[in-house]
Amino acid sequence: MENLIGLLVLAPLLGAGVLLCGGRRLDRSGPWLGTLLAAVSFALGVVLFADMLGKGGEERALDVTVFQWVPVGGFRADVGFHLDQLSMTFVLLITGVGSLIHLYSVGYMAHDERKRRFFGYLNLFLAAMLLLVLADNYLLLYVGWEGVGLASYLLIGFWQHKPSAATAAKKAFLVNRVGDMGLSIAIMLLFTTFGTFAFDPVLTRATDAGEGKLTAVALMLLLAACGKSAQVPLQSWLGDAMEGPTPVSALIHAATMVTAGVYLITRSGAVFDAAPDAQTAVVTVGAVTLLFGAIVGCAKDDIKKALAGSTMSQIGYMILAAGLGPIGYVFAIMHLVTHGFFKAGLFLGAGSVMHGMNDEVDMRRYGGLRTYMPVTFVTFGLGYLAIIGFPGLSGFFSKDKIIEAAFAKGGTEGWILGGAALLGAAITAYYMTRVMLLTFFGEKRWQPDAEGEMPHPHESPRTMTVPMIVLAFGSVFAGGLFSINDTFLKWLEPVTGHEEGHSPVSALTVTAATMVVLVIGVAIAWAQYGRRPVPVTAPRGSLLTRAARRDLLQDDFNHVVLVRGGEHLTRSLVYVDHSLVDGVVNGTAASVGGLSGRMRKLQNGYARSYAVSMFGGAAVLIAATLLMRAV
Amino acid sequence: MAFPLLTLTAAIPAVGAVATAAVPAGRRTAAKWLALAFSLATLALAAVQLVRFDPGGTSQASSSGGAKGPFQLTESHAWIADFGVRYELGVDGIAVVLIALAALLIPFIMLAGWHDADPLETRSSRWRPTQGFFALILMVEAMVVISFEATDVFLFYIFFEAMLIPMYFLIGGFGDGAAEHGEAGAAAQRSYAAVKFLLYNLVGGLIMLAAVIGLYAVTADQLGTGTFSLQEIVQARAAGKLDIATTTERALFLGFFFAFAVKAPLWPLHTWLPNAMGEATAPVAVLITAVVDKVGTFAMLRFCLQLFPEASKWATPVIVVLSLISILYGALLAVGQRDIKRLVAYASISHFGFIVLGIFAMTSQGQSGATLYMVNHGVSTAALMLVAGFLISRRGSRLIADYGGVQKVAPVLAGTFLVGGLATLSLPGLAPFVSEFLVLVGTFSRYPVAGGIATLGIVLAALYVLVLYQRTMTGPVKEEVRGMPDLRARELAVVAPLIALLLFLGVYPKPVTEILDPAVRHTMSQVHQADPKPDVNDVEAAK
Repeated sequence: MENLIGLLVLAPLLGAGVLLCGGRRLDRSGPWLGTLLAAVSFALGVVLFADMLGKGGEERALDVTVFQWVPVGGFRADVGFHLDQLSMTFVLLITGVGSLIHLYSVGYMAHDERKRRFFGYLNLFLAAMLLLVLADNYLLLYVGWEGVGLASYLLIGFWQHKPSAATAAKKAFLVNRVGDMGLSIAIMLLFTTFGTFAFDPVLTRATDAGEGKLTAVALMLLLAACGKSAQVPLQSWLGDAMEGPTPVSALIHAATMVTAGVYLITRSGAVFDAAPDAQTAVVTVGAVTLLFGAIVGCAKDDIKKALAGSTMSQIGYMILAAGLGPIGYVFAIMHLVTHGFFKAGLFLGAGSVMHGMNDEVDMRRYGGLRTYMPVTFVTFGLGYLAIIGFPGLSGFFSKDKIIEAAFAKGGTEGWILGGAALLGAAITAYYMTRVMLLTFFGEKRWQPDAEGEMPHPHESPRTMTVPMIVLAFGSVFAGGLFSINDTFLKWLEPVTGHEEGHSPVSALTVTAATMVVLVIGVAIAWAQYGRRPVPVTAPRGSLLTRAARRDLLQDDFNHVVLVRGGEHLTRSLVYVDHSLVDGVVNGTAASVGGLSGRMRKLQNGYARSYAVSMFGGAAVLIAATLLMRAV
Repeated sequence: MAFPLLTLTAAIPAVGAVATAAVPAGRRTAAKWLALAFSLATLALAAVQLVRFDPGGTSQASSSGGAKGPFQLTESHAWIADFGVRYELGVDGIAVVLIALAALLIPFIMLAGWHDADPLETRSSRWRPTQGFFALILMVEAMVVISFEATDVFLFYIFFEAMLIPMYFLIGGFGDGAAEHGEAGAAAQRSYAAVKFLLYNLVGGLIMLAAVIGLYAVTADQLGTGTFSLQEIVQARAAGKLDIATTTERALFLGFFFAFAVKAPLWPLHTWLPNAMGEATAPVAVLITAVVDKVGTFAMLRFCLQLFPEASKWATPVIVVLSLISILYGALLAVGQRDIKRLVAYASISHFGFIVLGIFAMTSQGQSGATLYMVNHGVSTAALMLVAGFLISRRGSRLIADYGGVQKVAPVLAGTFLVGGLATLSLPGLAPFVSEFLVLVGTFSRYPVAGGIATLGIVLAALYVLVLYQRTMTGPVKEEVRGMPDLRARELAVVAPLIALLLFLGVYPKPVTEILDPAVRHTMSQVHQADPKPDVNDVEAAK
């Protein structure tokens, strides 16, 4: 069984290598080869899962060291895997949703001449993401962490000829690198504190280190999580990342990669549990982001950017839950999985709509599509109901649990966090209803595209609708299945631990309150977008709307402070280097030996210059020899 | 007498240089193949060194009384008896790996520059630049190899300095055909760059010479007979026979360090490098930064730390700060460059900052990382710079702004350029990540603040690499770029093995670290430094 873990990672890695180096011969078969290898990885995951189910809760973890990676003195990093219930959950999510999205891409990218490379990058992503969740130490996790960043960079910028795509890709990588800096400092801190950065020795003995050290480690891990999971203040890249092809948005920027931060925090639970100040920082980031993303999602007219705002917000929920400690870990991961289903489904639906609408992304130019694209409408609709938390569907169970857990944090903090989570649920209901109404209901507001062609919306091919249908099933049933008999809780508890907490309000009250805010959110959206005709060009809007359209001005801040400031800094440094450093060093040399005059003379022609310098060198040597004799 | 393997490894390229230079003017291609054959023979000898070298032997020798010292394959002959100068060669794990690096890169440098020195038709038929170009490269190789091997300070000094002469001609004599300033302007720029290179290094060398003489004076004074032998001096100090006064030791250290800091180069002595790398052809630029400059950082480890351990520790705080400045300053300057080759040069300055930082962090991770960094930086810069050279040769311009959309017309070129760039920004999975992380962790465990600041370098590296890639390779295809051919077979033969090596050393660096590790431990023991202990000590014991 242990050997299968390595194969799990190797299969898509092999696919990436073959597809990227294989050349034109693979142009036709490439997409299917990539899909096949993703499916192989999924099959291996299922085999391992079945094996794991056959064992008792505490003996389920598998450990395997493949080889010594960096053995230097007291520093030891291995390539080793740790498969427990937590990583198993991710393996199934990554390879399962990943395989579906590979399949979807066969249809979606059918007409792209570079599709072989697209599938190579997708396979590369799968391999890196699996490495991230299977690594048994932080340094190997870091390899996967940056590996998914690379895949994300390559895929966001897949249509590189578009300057906006190239810029978005670069931005995503750079913002993530800021987070990565946090991860590398965390690993260094772990090494100086524990002498190792393997999960097992660090996490089992975390409490032996002082709280100060642990808080520092935890905050650095949080920085890393903020980068990868697009949390405030490192969230700015996710909206731009929608420049990538839609299957990429679904897989990487909704279902899997962006949730890596939640994995990191949950995996490092022992560190966070011993650092309450850091946990406060985590819940703050989560609560702020869940509102931030939701507000941004309300104002966007671009369907993918609205969904991106939503992703940010939903991951905010997960981060919030993870920051609650043992009260929340299980629910963070549960919401992560259900979100993986419904958000991937929503993105694939959005891609299907764009496919039928000449790649139009402005929802104000959609409308009335439900009769033209019935499968897309139904699957998207089920995803919609799941995300707003419609009773009985996946999101209802997982989000409700997080809101309950937030209240259960207790004290003023509990009230604030619970309140924020409730408010977020209301806004979620609002912006998702808005998306739904603008896209599938109301009048047709279709506009001719850049070439003057009117769209002829049609249902997408089978390769695209099948994955959407499968994901819709997940959106509907996953949450319920997980919650019957607390199945998911019992599954994860041996790894993450679990506590009930002391909620000031009963679970029933929380559910009721959630239902009320849900209805309010839907009603407002309907009043605005369902009852009245929607203008094709966006009205000016309130100050908040305008700010939200610009991602609450965070980008403008970045631009003014970091981009402009950075440009000034580098430009002045170039000047300083040229005039000052060079000048001072040359000047010093000149004043010592009159070199600069000689230097100018040296430039007059080759022959003389080298003759002089060689003579100079020889003279120096002779002088030195004489000097030595004198000594 | 034992087989003089080390002498032979240095002699073969030297003989090759003479032979290549002697090839008649009309037989250019023959000269190229001859030079390549000699470089491959050198590579074979370097491989034999690696095989014959016993990584475990170093520590055994030093623990069993240090009679043989840390060096293997040693050769020792009296040379200038009057001054105690000996012809003493020997390699430790660091030297043997760096010799292998140099010997490995030279054939690629030659292949990449295969047509760089083809004579212009306007010249007379007696003009033989091709022969000269290849002979000079071999000459540099011979001198670099012997610098890595020399364990006599004076012997080292001679070749450390003599190297400047062939390098000077390589920089000044051969351009890359990118002529923004016209043919004459380019020649003037080249000449300026070559002279600047020469003067900076000559001044550094002069100061070192003073220190070398000073060292001789001290040994002559205290031991009766003066000596330049590294081993003799180290052993005499250990035995208490040689006691260098603190101020003297510091002064001598500074003299040595100054020369190596110019060569490395360390801020603020770096300004010759962008000129030299910018004006030289791309293969020569690689020769400078990936091969020749390594002698500087290598010599810090071998001579500064071993001859002057106390002074090294004394100077550490200042050197750590200078390294940090190099890292950040080099990276920021790289961001601001408009010229592709100058950008790579500033990136190298940033990377040399990491290497020096690792050396002077005085931890085993830092020093192992630094030595591994020398290897990885050599390979990654070669990959990036050589592809940049192929790009420049297609368009005849070094300016970033003259490119755009190359990815669309030459995807393989763009892809290899990206891999070279990703290696430069230390992406995990590629070789430089391992060494950079070791340097960071090694620095962090002794100087947490410095380690933290140095990690800013990884963000800036991503910035300059990705901006370069974005501006040259992505976006709409520029008119001048249209029709640009993709990599040719010869070019791919240069790049593909380098990329394979980057991947291999990124995934499995153990074969190299195993050779480096004992040598690093020896150096650490010379400066009487032990690694800081972790706070929670009994983690391993508890398992």
